[in-house]
Amino acid sequence: MAPDAVKILIAGGFGVGKTTMVGSVSEIAPLRTEEPLTVAGLDVDDLLGIEQKRATTVALDFGRITISDDLVLYLFGTPGQQRFWFMWNDLAIGALGAVVLIDVRRPESSFAAIDFFERRRIPFVVAVNGFHGRHPYPAAEIRESLALPTHVPVLLCDARERASCRDVLVALIDRLIADVEFQPSPTS
Amino acid sequence: MSGGDEAGRLVRPFTLTGGRTRPSRADFTLITTVTAVDPPPERAVRPQPEHTRILRLCARPVAVAELAAHLDLPVSVVVIMLCDLLEAGLITARPPRSFAGTPDLDLLQKVRDGLGRI
Ligand SMILES: Nc1nc2c(ncn2[C@@H]2O[C@H](COP(=O)(O)OP(=O)(O)OP(=O)(O)O)[C@@H](O)[C@H]2O)c(=O)[nH]1
Ligand SMILES: [Mg+2]
Repeated sequence: MAPDAVKILIAGGFGVGKTTMVGSVSEIAPLRTEEPLTVAGLDVDDLLGIEQKRATTVALDFGRITISDDLVLYLFGTPGQQRFWFMWNDLAIGALGAVVLIDVRRPESSFAAIDFFERRRIPFVVAVNGFHGRHPYPAAEIRESLALPTHVPVLLCDARERASCRDVLVALIDRLIADVEFQPSPTS
Repeated sequence: MSGGDEAGRLVRPFTLTGGRTRPSRADFTLITTVTAVDPPPERAVRPQPEHTRILRLCARPVAVAELAAHLDLPVSVVVIMLCDLLEAGLITARPPRSFAGTPDLDLLQKVRDGLGRI
């Protein structure tokens, strides 16, 4: 009997450490697929430079965590560049939730990712990647500067550390559990 | 020309997808799990080399995304070949768990416990 499969997205701006995080917790080296870009994907963003426009494929990284005999969790690192966001919609379908990874030195590169999940009401946690393990700002300060509601967990992490990344995923699951437990059943 | 499709199959150009660009079924997501049917159905047509490669890779259950990565082919191409295999009865496909709205507590608790062990 094939196992059940669920997925979590690891999102955030360009080069914030998404693939690194996937690799840190995955039981296999991150796998990669290259998708040819469709014409539809090319007009998504008109802010691109010429060089970027020439790219013809978009890469997708993912890893796997076997939860049990009958349940496997897949982690998908979403493509960082904004022009690839047409893929995010597809990726988001059926996801348990998302981790928005932030590079502490340039948090603005992940603003759009936060917007993406907020708008679609996809549950997410924010994980602040300290790069070089340094965390100059406490989580509360980051939450405030990002104007995040209190129900969105903010964690300081090191994308290179397995335990740190696992804690981020656990925080996401806890958030999801809290959502289920405290949501009044939809009767009206 | 009647029977064009059948004839087309016989003289199919040596391309992986037979010139098609779109899967005939939408039931393959990145995390749909596919498994080779073992033993294969008796009347199954002889698979092409790329199809045989897929069948070998999914002797045990494997996700579509993993297959694509191992084959070093775009997911979109792999899905088209999976459609062929599914139609030929050579694989089974298990769609990912769908949550109408919210996932259930049991599942979440299971994921949480599993993460706790890594
Ligand atoms: N020092 C340090 N380097 C890191 C950390 N996280 C990632 N890096 C490095 O930063 C670079 C980018 O990391 P990736 O994991 O590839 O980032 P990404 O978000 O997947 O990038 P894109 O997919 O291109 O958007 C790589 O060279 C990583 O080795 C970290 O916590 N500390
Ligand atoms: Mg990456």
